[in-house]
Amino acid sequence: MDRRLLENRRRAIAGYLFISPWLIGFLTLTLLPILGVVYLSFTKYDIFTAPQWIGLGNFVRMFTGDPRYWKSVGATFYFAIVSVPLKLFFALMVAMILNAPHRGLDFYRAVYYTPSILGTSVAVAVMWREIFGFDGLINALLANIGIRSEMAWLGDPRTAVWTLILLVIWQFGSPMLIFLAGLKQIPDELYESAHIDGARGVRKFFWITLPLLSPVIFFNLVMQIIFGLTVFTQPFIITQGGPLDTTNFYALYLYRRAFETFQMGYGAAMALVLLLVVAFFTGIVFKSSSLWVFYESKEGKA
Amino acid sequence: MSSSVLSMRTRRRFREVVFHVLVFSFGVVMLYPLLWLAGSSFKPSTEIWTTVSNIVPRTFTVAHYINGWRGFGGVSFATFYRNSFLYAGLGTLASVATSAFVAFGFARVRFPGRNIWFGCMLATLMLPVQIQIIPQYILFTQLRWVNTFWPLILPRALGQAGQAFFIFMIVQFIRGIPIELDEAASIDGLGRFGIFNRIVMPLVKPALVTSGIFSFYWTWADFLTPLIYLNDPRLYTVSVALRAFADPSGQTDWGAIFAMSFLSLVPVLIVFVIFQKQIVEGISTSGLKG
Repeated sequence: MDRRLLENRRRAIAGYLFISPWLIGFLTLTLLPILGVVYLSFTKYDIFTAPQWIGLGNFVRMFTGDPRYWKSVGATFYFAIVSVPLKLFFALMVAMILNAPHRGLDFYRAVYYTPSILGTSVAVAVMWREIFGFDGLINALLANIGIRSEMAWLGDPRTAVWTLILLVIWQFGSPMLIFLAGLKQIPDELYESAHIDGARGVRKFFWITLPLLSPVIFFNLVMQIIFGLTVFTQPFIITQGGPLDTTNFYALYLYRRAFETFQMGYGAAMALVLLLVVAFFTGIVFKSSSLWVFYESKEGKA
Repeated sequence: MSSSVLSMRTRRRFREVVFHVLVFSFGVVMLYPLLWLAGSSFKPSTEIWTTVSNIVPRTFTVAHYINGWRGFGGVSFATFYRNSFLYAGLGTLASVATSAFVAFGFARVRFPGRNIWFGCMLATLMLPVQIQIIPQYILFTQLRWVNTFWPLILPRALGQAGQAFFIFMIVQFIRGIPIELDEAASIDGLGRFGIFNRIVMPLVKPALVTSGIFSFYWTWADFLTPLIYLNDPRLYTVSVALRAFADPSGQTDWGAIFAMSFLSLVPVLIVFVIFQKQIVEGISTSGLKG
């Protein structure tokens, strides 16, 4: 047998051997479930009896007969569209302040990052719930400065979603670190020559910092929006989707349909729509990937 | 002349002081909720809702930790912590081992179909867990794996459930290692597995550590998967237990709720203090979400 053919075959076997754990997982736990979601979305299924084919029934009901669905879509987008830019704005501002030679920067960076590392934990959600509770920290602090607040922040449809937005902004740590790394990549000479040309603070920001950082900002924007669209633990614990469904975000509503009332078909239809939306945003990132993916090595390119 | 130099120096020092005052106060604001949680957990029950905005308790007590630790329904937090450490420990080990193995295949072996599979792997980077959760639940129910740890650990051991982040990061890391090292080892008679195990693995240790830390964080905080698959309180992880424990309709021992909430953050904070450098680098260079 040809020696090269043999070597090729051995390489193929080795390659598939190495990726086999992932490949098996991908086929059985990701690809098969995605096909399953497509199938189930056309059925009525309560997990106890066999799935019943109902064609586009779930989608028709979802889009035309379920006002809670649209309210959930609206609430989710509102939450993501408001919280993500604010979070990134804070992250960028703080990163710029910390991107200067000062003592103790590592300490400050760690402090600002701490809320982020605690992330989506139940403990932080429980804490947040008590902070904004009727007897909670916020009302007590307001009382300290002479404002007698009788606000039930979590029970009022006007403020409930804002407590969750505030929680997201509070966790600006990881985009801050990414921006800090990005800022360090911008060569000082650019700022120096801009300085000679007469540019000062704000102008330097708009002429140099923002354009050079824009790929990083854009990447983070899309990533955080995807995470924002799928937020679950915080509304589940803090507001339970209320009041008046103002925080009944998509992932939470999907969970309730599928796992509290066992409408698996309807849940699958919701998941399919979510997949399309996420695929759209992911597509944007991949189309623009040449702007932000940076390969250091030339060897072994995939 | 000398007076202007002096004034410049004082101005610079003044600006430095302003910087530190501002940045430090902002840091206090950032940490205030956590300090409040910690402080409240050490206040006697009578003090918790009367001196709400105080961080430092007037009287210091650990009673809430002792009461809270007893848990509920006859199951103590010792069990919940054991379950969480089991999940986080096994999940992390399995995830890092698999990610390294798979990453080596993608980065160093040229086989037919590699680019397609690599593309599939990248496509799962941003796939939310909600997409697959219903069919996965049906599958695991049919395998009778509800109320076992298989649905929690197996997807991680098989490189799913967000593990693509780690595979991708390690692939990037391996690409940075000169291929000549592999060639030299091959001439010395080392096979592919030997190159993986003896040459590449020691060199990608930093990426493995970063993967391990984040895998630990994600499994420790994971709420949705245990919520769906673990219905027996004896199998609860800390996150699910905490949610049941802090249910406002059942429990009113706020001190105990605060104590158990804060305690559940302690492992995360300890890991953060120990591995701060790796964590910061991991996020800065690969955009891992924290």
